[in-house]
Amino acid sequence: MSPAGYVFLAVILFVIGAIGVLVRRNAILVFMSVELMLNACNLAFVSFARLHGNLDGQVVAFFVMVVAAAEVVIGLAILMAIYRARKSASVDDANLLKY
Amino acid sequence: MSHLFLASGGGSGTNLDPVYDTVLFWILAVMSVSAAVGMIVVRHAVHCALMLAVVMLCLAVMYAMQGAPFLAFVQVIVYTGAVLMLFLFVIMLVGTNSAESLVETIRGQRLWAALAGIGLACLLIIGIGHGAVGTAAPQTSANGADNLTGLARLIFTTYVFPFEVTSALLMTAALGAMVLAHRERTEPKPTQREVVRAKIASGQVQPEPPPGVYALHNAVDLPAMLPDGTTTDRSVSRAVHQRDLELGRDPQGVITVDLATGERIDTERAIESGDRGTKESGA
Repeated sequence: MSPAGYVFLAVILFVIGAIGVLVRRNAILVFMSVELMLNACNLAFVSFARLHGNLDGQVVAFFVMVVAAAEVVIGLAILMAIYRARKSASVDDANLLKY
Repeated sequence: MSHLFLASGGGSGTNLDPVYDTVLFWILAVMSVSAAVGMIVVRHAVHCALMLAVVMLCLAVMYAMQGAPFLAFVQVIVYTGAVLMLFLFVIMLVGTNSAESLVETIRGQRLWAALAGIGLACLLIIGIGHGAVGTAAPQTSANGADNLTGLARLIFTTYVFPFEVTSALLMTAALGAMVLAHRERTEPKPTQREVVRAKIASGQVQPEPPPGVYALHNAVDLPAMLPDGTTTDRSVSRAVHQRDLELGRDPQGVITVDLATGERIDTERAIESGDRGTKESGA
């Protein structure tokens, strides 16, 4: 399979993740959709690395994974703090800064 | 599978048989896209996490197919192993009953989100199509002997500064998580005397009734029957209660509403009294 197929698959997965971010109301599921988008980006990076015949794309994908791991740790910790304060994980309930 | 991971040579970055490669790609593509769609459709958070695991494993196999065995293993270990387990931990802490309501808080949100998604997909696909993504280039000698050696050379020479910054990022993230998860004790720890006083004052000195005691079944989802013949829902766990609500049952009135159970209670009482009667007559 040529790298183009993988890139188009990455696009589709990225779009599905974006729709998930827009549609889901539970903050954990929004996070999962963001993870899906990051994974799609990684797939695109690896495909482009193969397309160009070098390894820079793979190194970038590796860094994306590291940053995603850090992001998940902090994000879920914030989520737990919000849940502890408001007894809800819904993105609609965290509106203390609204008014 | 071992020949998947030996994919360092060859013109296209992989030495898979082209037919095998294409078939495997389509299987994985269909699997990952359907799992991703399932992830944003399914209501239960745990099911979403499992769908995401399917997508991540599919991507790991794709990395291996594309001559990136190191990333394939990192994907399985870091994403499927660590990140998803973290997600599952938080889902269990927040409560699996936090299934979201299907009421739209913004009118027409789903429709507009779907339209925006389709628009984004069109934009990206047309853009990449115009970019004319060609076939894979032959691997250059910069790759080194194999994938792992080449990656190591790149990370520790060209990308050594980002790599070091990454360590600072990870350390900051760990400290941040500790700070965020830490809860300061705002009041002194209750002493044993205070615990006892509170217990006496609450009116319930004895522990909660265990499940199934004096009930017809020794099951956790049945409310316990107290010595005076009434049932109490205090013996039923809140999680079971939530499950009853989701299944549309009436957790409070299970014993009384369930007619079959009522009949069984009557027959058992009759047998009991009958036994007692025969015993008394026998004596």
